[in-house]
Amino acid sequence: MDLGPYLMLASLEGAVGAAVLALTALGLSLVFGVMRIVNVAHGEFYMLGAVLAWWVTSMIGGHPALGFVAAMVVAPLVVGLIAAAAERLVLRRLNYDPEATIVATIGLLYVIQQLALSTYGADARPVPAPIDFRIQFPWFGYSGYKLCVIVASAALMLGVWLVLTRTRAGLMMRATQYDPETARAFAIPVGRVYAGVFAAGAMLAALGAVLIVPIQQAHYLMGHDPLLLSFIVVIIGGLGSLRGTVLAAVIIGMSDGIISVFFSPTLAKILATLLVAFVLVWRPTGLFGARAA
Amino acid sequence: MTAMLKVDGLDAFYGRVQVLHGLSLEVAKGEILCLLGRNGAGKTTALKAIMGLVPPRVGAVMLDGVDISLLRAEDIAKEGIGYVPQGRRLFAELTVAENLEIGLMARNSPRHARDRVLDLFPVLAERLHQRSGTLSGGEQQMLAIGRALCLEPAVLMLDEPTEGLMPAMIQRIREVVLLLRAEGVAVLLVEQRVEAVLPVADRVLFVENGRSRDCVRASDLGADHALLHRYVGVGA
Ligand SMILES: Nc1ncnc2c1ncn2[C@@H]1O[C@H](COP(=O)(O)OP(=O)(O)O)[C@@H](O)[C@H]1O
Ligand SMILES: [Mg+2]
Repeated sequence: MDLGPYLMLASLEGAVGAAVLALTALGLSLVFGVMRIVNVAHGEFYMLGAVLAWWVTSMIGGHPALGFVAAMVVAPLVVGLIAAAAERLVLRRLNYDPEATIVATIGLLYVIQQLALSTYGADARPVPAPIDFRIQFPWFGYSGYKLCVIVASAALMLGVWLVLTRTRAGLMMRATQYDPETARAFAIPVGRVYAGVFAAGAMLAALGAVLIVPIQQAHYLMGHDPLLLSFIVVIIGGLGSLRGTVLAAVIIGMSDGIISVFFSPTLAKILATLLVAFVLVWRPTGLFGARAA
Repeated sequence: MTAMLKVDGLDAFYGRVQVLHGLSLEVAKGEILCLLGRNGAGKTTALKAIMGLVPPRVGAVMLDGVDISLLRAEDIAKEGIGYVPQGRRLFAELTVAENLEIGLMARNSPRHARDRVLDLFPVLAERLHQRSGTLSGGEQQMLAIGRALCLEPAVLMLDEPTEGLMPAMIQRIREVVLLLRAEGVAVLLVEQRVEAVLPVADRVLFVENGRSRDCVRASDLGADHALLHRYVGVGA
């Protein structure tokens, strides 16, 4: 193959990764932005989404699309419930203290991971793609499902944006983000907003995982890379800046895909981590974050 | 005259530090009560205690005869208290319209509550889609008052609303407060400077070290330099 088509293939791979990464990182960014909580267990919510997707699809027979659609609904819902419970039982009791919640979510990470290991096991299991067609380019064929992942992820992010900017719930979240005390003085139930945001953040990770699991298999340790990359994206994008997060996810996801195809996935991670170091040194508020006052 | 808002013996704490010591006050419908006292006397804390933001440990807050001191902060606003915090505390990243919307949502106020605010403060109508953090100081204060008025409150509490504003703005805010009084709103106004108080207040309650002290009619205060000297250190 010439360089052109090869580059195109690499870009497509990068775009799929970027799409899922953007969705996952958006969840992390939302939780940090509104609650000022660094959720180290975010990758485990992603893993749970994938494991639950396997579980749902293997229970439902018939056409693979049936099970997949069920997984798209059930997995995020269950993950959201687990996250809301963790918020109520742990984070709230710590009064959302920034340091204590880091330690608590590290604990949560291991609890979820070990529960997955002891129930789901150590195997990697595939989930069949809901649709099975290939798009034939002049130089190579490409999975139609992967293109659907890009579209679905973009649609979900558009949905998040619409909820945040056009609905009452979104307005309550943004008001809570800027000034929780004044929000309460205007009848905004800040505690419920926090529970909802934490659940929503986890659900975005779970949705990303359901989309990816027909491409990568479900495994109990699969949460690590998305966690690392999400942190990188959120730092580069500017903590709590949703627009910055999406832009940074596209940059990091695309370059991760392209560098992985041309060189190696390890090199891609090294470069991304270096980029974070440079951003932290030269622009600590992130490329798109607001400058500190 | 029955009190619209009656606060009785409030004790409030920040952690272990007690800031309010049995603070009491009463405001009737259509009355402006002004809390006057030095910086750090506990005026802001008194308003926060009424709003439930610093929950009082002892004491009662009666709103129209009902004790609201045990409600959660997010339920107190719904009872009909509009709060204009010190330093305005707008949601600076949100637009003017969104800030007003938050006021409307608090009690599901009808749309005309917002029209009313825009009539009172026409500048806000021209800036609806501007980020509120980019407004001038006076406009921000109008928005903070407008946001509270969107609740159509029975009690309006303003914490140093004229702090750092130009005379024309101060005048406009004064007019609006007087208009609300005429409509029967109970107004609790916090100020540090006497000049800001005398033109509007019906009664003045002096606050010192978290305690409510003398309460006098504003009309009697002009002559009483001793009180002013004692509680705010001016006028002698
Ligand atoms: N968030 C807080 N934490 C601890 N102490 C506070 C806090 N806010 C105010 N205080 C203290 O409480 C006292 C009363 O403050 P405040 O109510 O703001 O007074 P005022 O509004 O009359 O100037 C002061 O001694 C102040 O230092
Ligand atoms: Mg004060």
